[in-house]
Amino acid sequence: MPVSRGKTSCFTGWAARPRANWPALTYLSGQMALSDLLTLTPPGLYCPAADVHIDPVRPVPRALITHGHSDHARAGHGRVLATAQTMAIMALRYGAQFCESQQAVAYGERVTLNGIEVSFHPAGHVLGSAQIRLQGPSGCVVVSGDYKRAYDPTCAPFELVRCDAFVTEATFGLPVFRHPDAAGEVAKLLRSCALFPERAHLVGAYSLGKAQRVMKLLRLSGWDKPIWIHGALEKITHFYQSEGIDLGDIRKVSAADRATLAGEIIICPPGQLADLWSRKFPDPVTAFASGWMRVRARARQRGIELPLVISDHVDWDDLCATISETGASEIWVTHGAEEAIVHWCQTRGLDARPLHILGYGDDEVEALAEGAP
Amino acid sequence: MNRFAQLLDRLAYESSRNSKLRMLADYFRTTPDPERGYALAAMTGALSFTHAKPAIIRALIAERTDPVLFAMSYDYVGDLSETVALLWPAPQTERRNVAPPSLGDVVHGLQQVGKAQLPQLLASWLDDLDETGRWALLKLITGGLRIGVSARLAKTAVASLGDHDPNEIEEVWHGLSPPFLELFAWVEGRQERPSANNPAPFRTPMLAHAWDEADFDKLDPADFSAEWKWDGIRVQAVAGTDEEGRRVARLYSRTGEDISKSFPDLMEMLCEAHFGDVSIDGELLVVIEGAVQPFGTLQQRLNRKSVTQKLVAQYPAHIRAYDVLSENGEDLRELPFADRRARLESLVARLAHPRLDLSPEIPFSDWPALAQARRDPASAGAAAAADAIEGVMLKRRDSVYVPGRPKGLWFKWKRDPFNVDAVLMYAQRGHGRRSSFYSDFTFGVWKGSELVPVGKAYFGFTDAELKELDRYIRNHTRNRFGPVRELDFSMDQGLVLEIAFEGLSRSTRHKSGVAMRFPRIARIRWDKPAREADQIEVLETWLDVGLRQSAPNAT
Repeated sequence: MPVSRGKTSCFTGWAARPRANWPALTYLSGQMALSDLLTLTPPGLYCPAADVHIDPVRPVPRALITHGHSDHARAGHGRVLATAQTMAIMALRYGAQFCESQQAVAYGERVTLNGIEVSFHPAGHVLGSAQIRLQGPSGCVVVSGDYKRAYDPTCAPFELVRCDAFVTEATFGLPVFRHPDAAGEVAKLLRSCALFPERAHLVGAYSLGKAQRVMKLLRLSGWDKPIWIHGALEKITHFYQSEGIDLGDIRKVSAADRATLAGEIIICPPGQLADLWSRKFPDPVTAFASGWMRVRARARQRGIELPLVISDHVDWDDLCATISETGASEIWVTHGAEEAIVHWCQTRGLDARPLHILGYGDDEVEALAEGAP
Repeated sequence: MNRFAQLLDRLAYESSRNSKLRMLADYFRTTPDPERGYALAAMTGALSFTHAKPAIIRALIAERTDPVLFAMSYDYVGDLSETVALLWPAPQTERRNVAPPSLGDVVHGLQQVGKAQLPQLLASWLDDLDETGRWALLKLITGGLRIGVSARLAKTAVASLGDHDPNEIEEVWHGLSPPFLELFAWVEGRQERPSANNPAPFRTPMLAHAWDEADFDKLDPADFSAEWKWDGIRVQAVAGTDEEGRRVARLYSRTGEDISKSFPDLMEMLCEAHFGDVSIDGELLVVIEGAVQPFGTLQQRLNRKSVTQKLVAQYPAHIRAYDVLSENGEDLRELPFADRRARLESLVARLAHPRLDLSPEIPFSDWPALAQARRDPASAGAAAAADAIEGVMLKRRDSVYVPGRPKGLWFKWKRDPFNVDAVLMYAQRGHGRRSSFYSDFTFGVWKGSELVPVGKAYFGFTDAELKELDRYIRNHTRNRFGPVRELDFSMDQGLVLEIAFEGLSRSTRHKSGVAMRFPRIARIRWDKPAREADQIEVLETWLDVGLRQSAPNAT
């Protein structure tokens, strides 16, 4: 079963498709082309007029960063423009010197680069995440980064920005991905805790965003015991708390604690679920909070006992709705299951094309890297 | 339906029997009648829906989705019911503002509706259920729950509501029908135990413990009767007469599953009037011209919904009787084995039917004589049937027939398994509490200078050995494919595992051309170089000559 297709296509696409000419947006607004506004180059999306890259996968002189996940935010750029929260997250991960110079922008603030007006708008993905809007004389392009439209009490909600061309992710770009209400998934976890009070419940969750969202959802569902976390989650979680997100009593698990945590909820990077680390807990129930858990083969392949379908990406319905609502007539799909959404756009008369950007994965790639002991 | 769906969803991911039992008991305790009774019926295979076919589901989804998107989705998900459950679009019409269907609604609906109306009914249910509910509904009606819950486990969970023994449920089970109101009323102490007014009831069989060779010293051979352990399946053949005087016959598996439908030839026999009311414990075999066929042949007759004349003629079923549990209303289980055996002998002689015979006793005077018979059944009177013999059974002559597996009364002393030295090739992580361990092992033997995989083993090792294997695997990985690790193996490198197995047959499904029955790890040969593992020819010779004659460990 090709369960990894969504992931592999974005990795193999580049090598398999050598391109003599990088595709450029061909949308015509009035008589002017948008090609000076956005093209694709080997490091990633590039705005020639402003001379900046967006979420480049290798070091560039000037970069706009949508959010702090490591497949989008890499170290080593010259000048970086991002939200203050994204900047802080990058500093936590890579050290204060992750680039030569930083400029923080607020949501909605307009910055002009070589005549191109650049602004950041909430993407609802994780704390600090933004869509990036580029307004030039020929029109307006929005690069979504990663985004979702479901309720998330740990970050600013997605803001719809109308545009001529929309560059979207499609991590869950297949109509089988419809994310249920996250509160219902947390209720599933709490029911399991009630049924198995003598077991520890280990919840795998990406360390930036998902983990804190699960903590907050647990609090909103009335879980008032301490929430235990793996050490790899500590810095980011503290940052969320310092940004005023109340997560209650969060405790780091020490080696000595592990055997005593029957009846408790422990949140860790997904890679730890299969690691030696997980063995010391009392008869652990392994849960994983991810949109991938919607498909049973995915959950089973990872040996998960309690799949929690909680995603920080748009599902199919929201992806289609967002594309329609932006009013864009040209759609670029950066990564994920591009074929299906491109097909859907075409059936609706929209000009759509897959980009197969090398280096953007789902956050799972990041999670596995974190999981290494 | 949604509550039941959540239970199925959770069970599908759970591997531990105890945890499953807890989930089931919790469900039965907190779900009202008749919903829980229909759930019990679904899990014990007591429901079947003839009209609901995958073709209807395909047609329904085709009306509602873009064919390209459906194809991409199906390709990704790999399972039709699951794809449809996830893909089913929200109803276009206004929400109907009705509760999703209960399991009872579904059962009644499917019983009442004709084939022509079924698609519409199904579509309205799918509109009203959530993703998990749709998945469970589609699995239920297409007959493939596959959640790893046996009928026995479900009954055990029901019994636990009232601290009852599940065998008490088995004895009345076949007189009950969904939604099992009297059953739940009884286990919850609200009503008397339902009467077993079942003319052909199942009685929980008596099982044997494995013989430990240390037992020789403690036990007196004179106290025991011995017979062959036949390599078929243990069954209970029951004949009776209902209130209207009609003949009723049933064939039950060891766990109480009614397998009558697969064996019309035996049903015909049991319904003959001169059989009277009788319950026989025996082995189901295929016997052709007096010769017992190997287990692989018997498998042709198992798990078949429709049985053709040709199949019956080609693989005639046969019962080899071990015991008699009741005869014409008289419960014989309280009699000592020796008395029951005498009753059985005269019964089989009286019935004189070609499809029924007696499991012969093995004459032996002392333990060495029995050991010799076990080693070489042909020499002890088994003659040509020796290949169909798995070992010997020992029964205390004074043992009454106790349901379950009582200690010290019956023993099975199996023949030694086959052994082969193989090289560990791939390992996969286990599930549940084993999910941090590499515990599923694929092993191979040499074909010239190349290794060919011949089987997979999941057990046979201790917890300490599992840890050592896990460490070895993590340190000797050559490649990773998702959850699977490929290990370093070559003539000069690799871990040798001594694999024990019970039988070997030809297989077109495996690259090596052979399939093992019940393989497990007998020993980890840390000491043995990979190049000294066995060659495929060893397995092939066993196939060609017939297993027992040439197996090195059979002596």
